[in-house]
Amino acid sequence: MAEILKMTQPLITAEAVSRSYLKGQHQVPVLRGVCLSAARGEFVSVIGQSGSGKSTLLHIMGLLDSPDVGEVLLAGSRIDNLNRAARDQLRNHVFGFIFQFYHLLPELSLLENVMTPLMIRHSIFGFLKRRREIREAALSILQQVGLDHRLKHRPSELSGGEMQRGAIARALVGKPEILLADEPTGNLDADTGAGIMELLNRLNQDQGLTIIMVTHDNAIASQAHRTVQLVQGRIQPAGREIATDPQQRRTA
Amino acid sequence: MYKLLLCLRYLRTRYIALACIISVMLGVATMIVVNSVMAGFTTEMRDRLHNFLADIVIESRGTAGIEDAAMQMDRVQAAAGQYIAAMTPTIEIPGMMTFTDPWSGETYTAPIQIQGIDPAGKAEVGPLQDYLDSYNQVLEDGVEVRPALRGREEPLGWELTAEGEKHFRMVQERNRLFLEDRQSGQPAPQAQESMPETESPVFDSEPAPVADNDTPQQQTAPELIFTDDDPQKHEPQGPLAARIYLGEGLVSFMARNPETGRQQKIMMVQPGDNVILSTITAGTPPDVTKFQATVVDTFRSGMNEYDSSIVLMNLDALQKYRGMHLKNAISSIHIRLTDYSHAPKVLAALEQAFPPGMVNIRTWEEKQGMLLSAVEVETAILNVLLFLIIAVAGFGILAIFYMIVVEKTRDIGILKSLGASSGGVMSIFLSYGLGLGITGSAAGVFIGLLFVEYINEIEDVLSWVTGRKVFDEKIYFFLEIPTHVNPWMVFWVATGAIAIAVLASILPARRAAALHPVRALRFE
Repeated sequence: MAEILKMTQPLITAEAVSRSYLKGQHQVPVLRGVCLSAARGEFVSVIGQSGSGKSTLLHIMGLLDSPDVGEVLLAGSRIDNLNRAARDQLRNHVFGFIFQFYHLLPELSLLENVMTPLMIRHSIFGFLKRRREIREAALSILQQVGLDHRLKHRPSELSGGEMQRGAIARALVGKPEILLADEPTGNLDADTGAGIMELLNRLNQDQGLTIIMVTHDNAIASQAHRTVQLVQGRIQPAGREIATDPQQRRTA
Repeated sequence: MYKLLLCLRYLRTRYIALACIISVMLGVATMIVVNSVMAGFTTEMRDRLHNFLADIVIESRGTAGIEDAAMQMDRVQAAAGQYIAAMTPTIEIPGMMTFTDPWSGETYTAPIQIQGIDPAGKAEVGPLQDYLDSYNQVLEDGVEVRPALRGREEPLGWELTAEGEKHFRMVQERNRLFLEDRQSGQPAPQAQESMPETESPVFDSEPAPVADNDTPQQQTAPELIFTDDDPQKHEPQGPLAARIYLGEGLVSFMARNPETGRQQKIMMVQPGDNVILSTITAGTPPDVTKFQATVVDTFRSGMNEYDSSIVLMNLDALQKYRGMHLKNAISSIHIRLTDYSHAPKVLAALEQAFPPGMVNIRTWEEKQGMLLSAVEVETAILNVLLFLIIAVAGFGILAIFYMIVVEKTRDIGILKSLGASSGGVMSIFLSYGLGLGITGSAAGVFIGLLFVEYINEIEDVLSWVTGRKVFDEKIYFFLEIPTHVNPWMVFWVATGAIAIAVLASILPARRAAALHPVRALRFE
């Protein structure tokens, strides 16, 4: 019963979110009142074509951007209108991001890259005090993603798949509750992409990590619990129906 | 922590940052070198001015001077005795000097400033011994070509050296023969013939005893107008009663030696020669007075202004010729203090001690105020200009940092997505600027000080490469380039450079902080 309750109460919700960008003279609407929620431990994928607003939705939910209209709720309380410092804290503690182009810092080694979120979290003295602990955390995460033999390498010396695993390790080292993945396989070949997906699925199943993933690839999206389709800044109602039952969609 | 790590990593991996470091370094090094050399020259110049002038000078307003030197000095002693290390009475009066150049046979007259001094007293208020030619060895390109003629322990006085004496005798002898020939009406060629016999002892190393016995009726020089107590009449043989130290610049010129091709100093008047001085008497209105004086020595203080105008003379003779003898009048008192910082107190006390309007009392700095303030203004302007060099380096940093921020736009977005605050991102670039400033300043200070330390060696190399003397010691009267490193100057230059580096990084850092994370992440 508790399990079901936990699943039904959404951990993160985007409520009627609208966002438009100024392009030259014109306001170009990107999101037009999108509602999306994910329960704790749920793996949701958002599918849509380029320019459908799926990345923007992800950025708004991860507090990298703010909605023009609408709200973002975390465990029932509104977070999009918090002050800058609080949002920085939430990004560091609650959210983990992974990107299509990995976005590892080129000057740092893989281990340093993975430790970055914890360096940001702690002050210099806090970091020096917990140095060993932080290193252990980063090492164990890297072991989980299978990169413990590549600690000293710079991102430029790693393959695409390795960089994405590194990025996942970095996203997870701060023990976030929600992982926001922006086309995590978009830049990888099919095999490597499958490996990444397997890793994400494992994290979702083993650790109950809530994942919201954006992709334009149906095959990738179908591996989530639920798929939502965005078309021109709106959620496609049909998409939602299809997505609710992965079993059904797979046979279709 | 990430700030420090990234900042250090950026410092190490961005080679373009090296350009900033080098520009800051060059600016700092230039400022240190120029300031040190300027300070060296200024200190040297101030020393020379100061040494020749004494700390405080009391001057009479008129040319007649103030009476009773001893009484005036007692008055000074009573007013501020505890601060005074030494003082000496002096007469300063403008005049003219006439001398004959032995090389061309021409007679020149030059304007001079006659200073009647007591050498022992003068030496107590300033380093007179260091200036006098006979007490110092003569160096040419650092090699001794003539040892000092007098030992340091020999007291200052108006006696000729052995060489001077010899030269004097030779001149006297020559003049005597010339006059004898004139008086006897013999034609000149015969006089020339008779010269070698009588002159031969003069050119021996021994002093000539001949000159002593056989010339009681001798008259020394061409007819001149003398005051009634003409010293020549009392001691016709020896040097005259009026003795002088000549400023070297008055009677010397530089000429190229055709054999060696080097610039060489040619002296037109040597110790032992007689010159004619003219000045004014102390009467009202003053009369012109002329007298002959024997050159005892030449001096070089290193201040061209002094060396080419001042003639130091024995005080009593000058008093006599100017008619001030009976009242023991002087025109100024030179005072050296135990500590120059007491000067304002002493000035105030002396102002009280003398009747208002009787004398001018000034420190040497006030006396040379124009020159000193000119040098100060020059230094200040030079510093402003040089600091502009560092400011230019600052704009270089600004431009380069902007580039780095643009290059790092995506990384800034990543850091923000990981929860870094805007302030944190800003401080990365500010500390980057600080790091560049500190590194550049440290390197600049190091190179600057090294340059100053080895400036003479560097000058040698430059002279060797360019084939001409960069720093000619004959012009500046310095054997080496004088330098003076003021630690505070180094500190302020380094701090200023660091401040400029940080200031220049503020704008790029603010831009980095203001970057919107989403736009930064999308940046390709």
